[in-house]
Amino acid sequence: MTTQHIMVLAGGLSHEREVSLRSGSRLAQALRATGFDVTVRDADSQLLDWVTAHRPDAAVIALHGGRGENGSVQAVLEMTGVPFVGTESRQCRLAWDKPTAKVLLRRAGHLTPDWVTLSHNAFRDFGAAGLISALGGRFAFPLVVKPYQGGSALGTVIVHDAGEMPGALVASLAYGDVLLVERYVAGTEVAVSVIESDDGPIALPPVEIVPSGEFFDYEARYTAGMTTYHTPARLEPELMRAAADLALAAHSELGLRDVSRTDMIVTPSGEVHFLEVNVSPGLTETSMLPMSVAAADRTLGEIYDGLIGRAIGRGC
Amino acid sequence: MTGNSLDPYVAAYARRTTGMRASAIRALFAVASRPEVVSLAGGMPYLQSLPLREIAAQVERLISDEGSVALQYGSGQGIEPLREQICEIMSLEGIVAEPDDVVVTVGSQMALDLVTKIFCDPGDVILAEAPSYVGALSVFSAYQTEVVHIAMDDSGLIPEAVEEAIAGCAARGQRVKLLYTIPNFHNPAGVTLSAERRARIAEICRAAGIAVLEDNPYGLLGFDGATHRAIRADDADNVIYLGSFSKTFAPGLRIGWVLAPHAVREKLVLANEAATLNPPVFNQMMISRYLASFDWKSQIKAYRQTYAERRDAMLGALSTHMPDGTHWTVPQGGFYVWLTAPPGLDTSAMLPRAVTARVAYVPGTAFFTDGQGGSQMRLSFCFPTPDRIVEGVRRLGSVIDAEREVRATFGSDGMAGPRATGGIAGATPGVVAGVDAPSPNTA
Repeated sequence: MTTQHIMVLAGGLSHEREVSLRSGSRLAQALRATGFDVTVRDADSQLLDWVTAHRPDAAVIALHGGRGENGSVQAVLEMTGVPFVGTESRQCRLAWDKPTAKVLLRRAGHLTPDWVTLSHNAFRDFGAAGLISALGGRFAFPLVVKPYQGGSALGTVIVHDAGEMPGALVASLAYGDVLLVERYVAGTEVAVSVIESDDGPIALPPVEIVPSGEFFDYEARYTAGMTTYHTPARLEPELMRAAADLALAAHSELGLRDVSRTDMIVTPSGEVHFLEVNVSPGLTETSMLPMSVAAADRTLGEIYDGLIGRAIGRGC
Repeated sequence: MTGNSLDPYVAAYARRTTGMRASAIRALFAVASRPEVVSLAGGMPYLQSLPLREIAAQVERLISDEGSVALQYGSGQGIEPLREQICEIMSLEGIVAEPDDVVVTVGSQMALDLVTKIFCDPGDVILAEAPSYVGALSVFSAYQTEVVHIAMDDSGLIPEAVEEAIAGCAARGQRVKLLYTIPNFHNPAGVTLSAERRARIAEICRAAGIAVLEDNPYGLLGFDGATHRAIRADDADNVIYLGSFSKTFAPGLRIGWVLAPHAVREKLVLANEAATLNPPVFNQMMISRYLASFDWKSQIKAYRQTYAERRDAMLGALSTHMPDGTHWTVPQGGFYVWLTAPPGLDTSAMLPRAVTARVAYVPGTAFFTDGQGGSQMRLSFCFPTPDRIVEGVRRLGSVIDAEREVRATFGSDGMAGPRATGGIAGATPGVVAGVDAPSPNTA
């Protein structure tokens, strides 16, 4: 049997390039240990030529943010016919756009913190002061401001009073022209990864996240030692089930494929709120999917070996 | 059940590691390295004009003729032929020195580390320009010193501000150990310390018992070809001088040096041996052969011309593309322009927008330890071609326009980050070039 050639896509031009390079490197190492011939490639203007010339047996997308998660790279791979691990391009759009994902999950009967989606133009045209005042009235403080797309909590700010709003809005709008203002839900932050197998999607053990600071920001995510993780999460059995069910529901409702990670908040009263879903979960040393994989007594190589097999089997 | 912090040594680390964390801003520089992005951020010299084939031939001869020496351990002070050549180089800036007083180091960055190590205890004060070289600030932070920034204007450090800072530290009972300065074509401010002020600052520090740490990586890169007399040239007893081949030859070789008074030199050699045993012998011999065999002065002249063209491209583009209220310095050498954005802008908060627009810079706060620099940025003209510089500045202009529009929506008053207090840090109109305050120096 010949060694299968796998292209791992990592890097890209999003704000999360550095994280993606680390994810790609770790994934490549795991796949090589499993026996694959791996090429790590950037997602750049030479990608199409390279794929055409080398025709890898399959691709795995370890890109985070931007074109790596919004369906663009997926669409390119679909056109080349190279099988790839991950969600199809059209469905990526739904998951990538946080307000859209929240609408679909709420419509399916799940809880998600109340929110408003606003563009810079809306603030400019309707008056920022009035809108800020209205937002404070609707959600009360603290509240959360975040870009409507993107990951790693980049541009996400917890706002404690109206005076902090302008600065938070400007900081968030630096990552994109549209943002979410979301009700702050206090509780335990939990991440649940879902992988597909021949038996259907399964939820891996939930990871409970306890950052040392106020919230799980970029620094807390990628500085080992700044956050404590409990895998599996320290939740009552029924809440563990509820968390897993929400992740499976997000995977299903948004039409995701192969692998996803859903971030949620579990309140002290036992409510489980959907925050967002990732179609290309981080695979770094401090990322949650690898923690869940380890807690399930499995390896990253073994998991992705199975997913690559599924991708090659379906042909795209 | 206990949680996992992913780092079993959290409780074991020294306090000096407190600031060693992931940073969303720093992570953006991973994008800046892509060719799609015009990076005005990095300070990489433009090496393409080096005689690479000839250097390769020299390297081959070095290995075949002297490989057993070049690949062996060496002296903690550095090889003598190179130290002699270093003295010749320093003589171009008026320094008379003996090779015995020179210590070769792994780049001048290691020299910074060694000097700080042998002078500073935690809590000691180092006086530094406002702004100052980020790599030096990292070293000073690692040794848990306190940096007191001193205002500059277009003639460099302001002597009265130095005196004021020394008096202030004395009143607070703080020990000031060093005054760190980059007198020529400052990184990041782009200004040069005037001759009169060099003498005055040396005098102030001598009287106060504070050693001057003179860092001079760019001294030979003045665009008019003239060199400035080093502070060390007129004060051998109270100045520790740092030099480097990183800007005049090749940063990858990591070879710099310290020229220090005898007693300090003794300690530096011991500290150097403790840190690295010896600076790389191979690299020292390679540089020594380069200096002996090539017309290195002509090479530096070629560098000057290249960088002058790029400086001109940047200044021209800034005049064309920057909005009203923007100011920048006009360097006469070196690699950098220091830009002050229109009032209210926070250059750290704006960086994600810039990266999206595929242009990168270094936010001004990186060059301070006290929160200044929020409205400023460093722009490098050393590496991109003139065309790319113009395109990068054009993109930057659009980014600033867009950011201003957003800030105008929310009312920029009171939203800016920490504001600078004066001089280059405060970008006082008149000492710099700018759209609404043209300077006589504007190219």
